[in-house]
Amino acid sequence: MSTETQSESGISGDDGLESAHEANRRIRRLLFGCAAVTVATTVAIFLVLFDNAASYFFGARVSEILFAGDAFERTVTFIEFFTGTRWAPDHSTPAHGVLPIVWGTLAITIGAGLVSIPIGTATALYLSEYASTETRNRLKPILEVLAGIPTIVYGYFAVSFLTPVVVDGIARHLVDPVGRGVHAVGTALPGSVEIRNAEVHFGDAVVAAGESMIGITVGRYSMLGGILVVGVMTIPMVSSISEDAMQAVPDELRNGAYALGATKYQVSTRIVLPAAVSGIFASYILALSRAIGETMAVTLGAGFNANLTANPFAEIMTMTAYLVSMARGTSAVGTVEYQSLFAVGLLLFLMTLTMNLLNDRLKQRFQEVYR
Amino acid sequence: MSSNMTDTPDETLIETGFEVEADRTHEQTDTEAILQSENLSVNYGDEQALDDVTIEIPENRVTAIIGPSGCGKSTFLRSINRMNDRIRSCAVDGELYFHGKNVYDDDVDPVALRRKIGQVFQAPNPFPKSIYDNVAYGLRIQGRDDEVDLDEAVERALRGAALWDEVSHQLDSSGLDLSGGQQQRLCIARAIATDPEVLLMDEPTSALDPVAASKIEDLIDELVEKYTVVIVTHNMQQAARISDKTAVFLTGGELVEYDDTATVFENPADSRVEDYITGKFG
Repeated sequence: MSTETQSESGISGDDGLESAHEANRRIRRLLFGCAAVTVATTVAIFLVLFDNAASYFFGARVSEILFAGDAFERTVTFIEFFTGTRWAPDHSTPAHGVLPIVWGTLAITIGAGLVSIPIGTATALYLSEYASTETRNRLKPILEVLAGIPTIVYGYFAVSFLTPVVVDGIARHLVDPVGRGVHAVGTALPGSVEIRNAEVHFGDAVVAAGESMIGITVGRYSMLGGILVVGVMTIPMVSSISEDAMQAVPDELRNGAYALGATKYQVSTRIVLPAAVSGIFASYILALSRAIGETMAVTLGAGFNANLTANPFAEIMTMTAYLVSMARGTSAVGTVEYQSLFAVGLLLFLMTLTMNLLNDRLKQRFQEVYR
Repeated sequence: MSSNMTDTPDETLIETGFEVEADRTHEQTDTEAILQSENLSVNYGDEQALDDVTIEIPENRVTAIIGPSGCGKSTFLRSINRMNDRIRSCAVDGELYFHGKNVYDDDVDPVALRRKIGQVFQAPNPFPKSIYDNVAYGLRIQGRDDEVDLDEAVERALRGAALWDEVSHQLDSSGLDLSGGQQQRLCIARAIATDPEVLLMDEPTSALDPVAASKIEDLIDELVEKYTVVIVTHNMQQAARISDKTAVFLTGGELVEYDDTATVFENPADSRVEDYITGKFG
């Protein structure tokens, strides 16, 4: 075929098609560039964290060690970091055991999961299988609004209601209904004891929390308060995504089961739940990842005191709470406590990354079984 | 019979009429009615789906329900096992007796009713579970979980649905891995595992290829020895081949003709039915 025939046929490269092809390539490059931004950001964050974290452990950043050949002087050993049980990098006698704040994060995450997973799943089952269409259409938007409330608002909800009313109530009426040991509990909760005695109200509690945020009063924080606030916060996440997964289960399956004489409960638990399991698990993982990374609400709920304790009424500190407490800006750049931020940040990054990978694995596995 | 499988409602039909199987025509001694409806009307909101239907369905016979789309065939079927309860806008008026008991009485538990009246749906709907668990589902929800007992019941049901020889070596594999025809027989096995008295079939072969469909038809022939079968079908040849009685519904949910299959197809009383089965409308 000669070039001339190609020109006549209108498909040769000389005419309009060439520019169309060029435009296509430009758009493709533009879209790729946008996609690359997120990838580059992730990589950059990881590198910055890693580089700074290195100076925490090795006394110099990776870049300094590599290019400037700086002194290789250990400041914090891995053994101290991973096995030490006291975390106080900014203390006059500093300690660098990360366990208390890792424990804080894990306790909040597991505890919040114990709150949000059962309640969220039950809510999803109710909405998907039991509620009438009208009820569902009315309730679902409310759940989604709950999911959109800024986390700092949840934090104040914890400070003004969950801790002084719910946690305090649990301590007084459930754990120690006779009232003998309340002081023991109360000492772990000095703030809430004050609130209780003085009978202060909503606004006062907020003021008190404000004071504690700038470090004057310690207390009125508890592991349980943190667990409850993060738990409540992640319920909509579990229920909304789980409900979507349940709604996606074909109605033919429900009909098949009902026609066999299954009750609503049997259809829900033995047909819908197993068929929707991959979506439901995804919602759990998402909620747990959120709990790990949650900052403001958990800080105002659980506090800033890095206790390695199992007492749910004690104040604890999560990794994110440590990061946010350092954000007050009292540590000079380059100090060990400044660098500790990056070590903790890197560890947190790795934890959420693990959760995401786990999520992918679980999804794949259940999709294989259930299509 | 399977050689007679044809999906061509063409001139031959109109000219020669339908062939009703010889062995069916002499079986016409009516058994006792197991299901009976009296002035049964069903409405979906303002729309009437069934209009004053009165019918008696004999035990251990195949009763076919035919009629054009939207004539209320499936609605009638669903009103027998109260699957209509699942549709919120659905209102039922009149009576439907199962063994002389009105299933719409207040003291009737639809869950218990459906354990006596099984249903097979238009598209095969196996659960995303193993073949074994599919068949055992109905038994397990009734609280039967003795393993030996279940094993026996599952085998009996799969044999009853003519599926055992094909799947006995792969009971643990997913029901979804089977072909469409096998899936539908799995659904039949699932329905008969709990030993119901009536099997409702809502166009059970319409999603299947002709070979798979003819297997199901053969199976219905066998099932009727133990069960009463009520089958909704779009396919008039199928109704003529497999049923003892045929009910013809026409648009508006009206039952216009109900008689022995041979009579309905060879000598219908209502001229509209004649028009319908000879293909003049519908």
